[in-house]
Amino acid sequence: MADPLMLWISALLVVVMWAAALSALLLKSHLAAVVSTSLLSLGLSLLFVLLRAPDVALTEGVVGAGLSSLILALALIRLGLVGGSPREREVLSETVGDKPVTERGSQQ
Amino acid sequence: MTLAIILYTGAIGLLVIGLAGVVMSSHLFRMLLGLVIAEAGANLLLILAGYRWGGAAPIWQAGQFPTTMVDPVPQAMVLTAIVIGVGVQALAIALLIRHRHYSGTLQRTGGLNQLQADLDREAGVRHTRSSDAPTLNPLTEVEHVH
Amino acid sequence: MAWTPLLFSGGLAFMLFSLFMAVPFGEPLMRVGGMIQQTDGELGAANLVTAVVLGYRALDTLGELAILFAASTSVGLILTGVKQRTVSVECEELGELFEQASTLLLPLLIMVGFYIITHGHLTPGGGFQGGVIIAVALFLPTLAGRGAALLNHRLIQQVEGGAGALFILLGVAALLQGESFLQPWLPVGEIGALFSAGTLPLLYLAVGIKVGAELAALLTHLSTNVPSPEVPR
Repeated sequence: MADPLMLWISALLVVVMWAAALSALLLKSHLAAVVSTSLLSLGLSLLFVLLRAPDVALTEGVVGAGLSSLILALALIRLGLVGGSPREREVLSETVGDKPVTERGSQQ
Repeated sequence: MTLAIILYTGAIGLLVIGLAGVVMSSHLFRMLLGLVIAEAGANLLLILAGYRWGGAAPIWQAGQFPTTMVDPVPQAMVLTAIVIGVGVQALAIALLIRHRHYSGTLQRTGGLNQLQADLDREAGVRHTRSSDAPTLNPLTEVEHVH
Repeated sequence: MAWTPLLFSGGLAFMLFSLFMAVPFGEPLMRVGGMIQQTDGELGAANLVTAVVLGYRALDTLGELAILFAASTSVGLILTGVKQRTVSVECEELGELFEQASTLLLPLLIMVGFYIITHGHLTPGGGFQGGVIIAVALFLPTLAGRGAALLNHRLIQQVEGGAGALFILLGVAALLQGESFLQPWLPVGEIGALFSAGTLPLLYLAVGIKVGAELAALLTHLSTNVPSPEVPR
């Protein structure tokens, strides 16, 4: 009952979403895992457009690829999982923000 | 029929991958990402319940509503669910930050041991291994007491 | 590699799959969808999903606002106890382009956000999407390296509380007119015009401002250590 174009595009999007989900759980680098989650949200948003749900697609695009990726990236810095030398990670994970330079930290 | 199989496999697969990730991951941050994946799968499953063959989007176009529309009620529910999901993720991140501040590590077993040791110390009980752990070979293994 | 959870996941996937394949895909199972189609736009909203979210199921939207409020307040409460170190890291210069671009993008993003909020009953969009855009726009100066002073936390909290109260007051106003709580009550107008659909645009405006302020405060809590307000001991 469905036209073959919809079949192929849905299959492609499902494969992309599965690959993104598996790599978000199995990759070693935490930054790559967050980027994979963002890719999952993008694929999901496109699939929602295909399923005739534009409102939901807009919400998933804004929230998933915008806000969720933003708060996961902030969590990466705040938890000390990414960003420079180990000492920088330690200091960054305690204070993150736009403080002006008051003391010299360690260089990159 | 094939479209149903593809889409349902995709949605249920995402849900199960997310749940398996939550249960089986050893790092708390990956547990959070598993939760995100499971939420995406659940939302997709809800939208799939509202699809109609030959339906159009439920929006007023060119002076009339379309004659066959997809069901707008699951879409309204999923709208709510997506925004609640991001609120839950933010709360989980706050808990992770607090947990790391408390125990210094984000590994699942490390934090668990720390919690158990602190609880035993507060209760005044000697911290031992659980009774379900396999028995130690007294010649080669030594029990560590925190 | 523990095989038991994988086996359990496989069994769960098989059970869910057989459950959902027993139900015909694409056939109407609930009569709700057909009934909403038969109302033929009595609420005046061109976007039927908005009519469902704010008209037929407005109580669920009120519940969602409560959940978002609980989550955002909890994040603020959980994170104020984390001790702040006195040493800060040398911030490298982010570059002139980034700072100027963030200053330029801020009003544009807020305008786009308000456009999406106010046109929620005509095109896909609405309060939640526009609110999230406004929240990210308000967080942009913090990302660019200056502007934690832009967000006055007391002002944000009062705006959020005021917008939530506006939502409830619009619902209570329907009660005072003798109808049920949160029933749409302003004149409906013609479908497709900007000033149509009664109180639905006003409700979405309240939702959008509330969600925007809430998520901006949440993002600021997650990125810096906001000092807790003075509590009298």
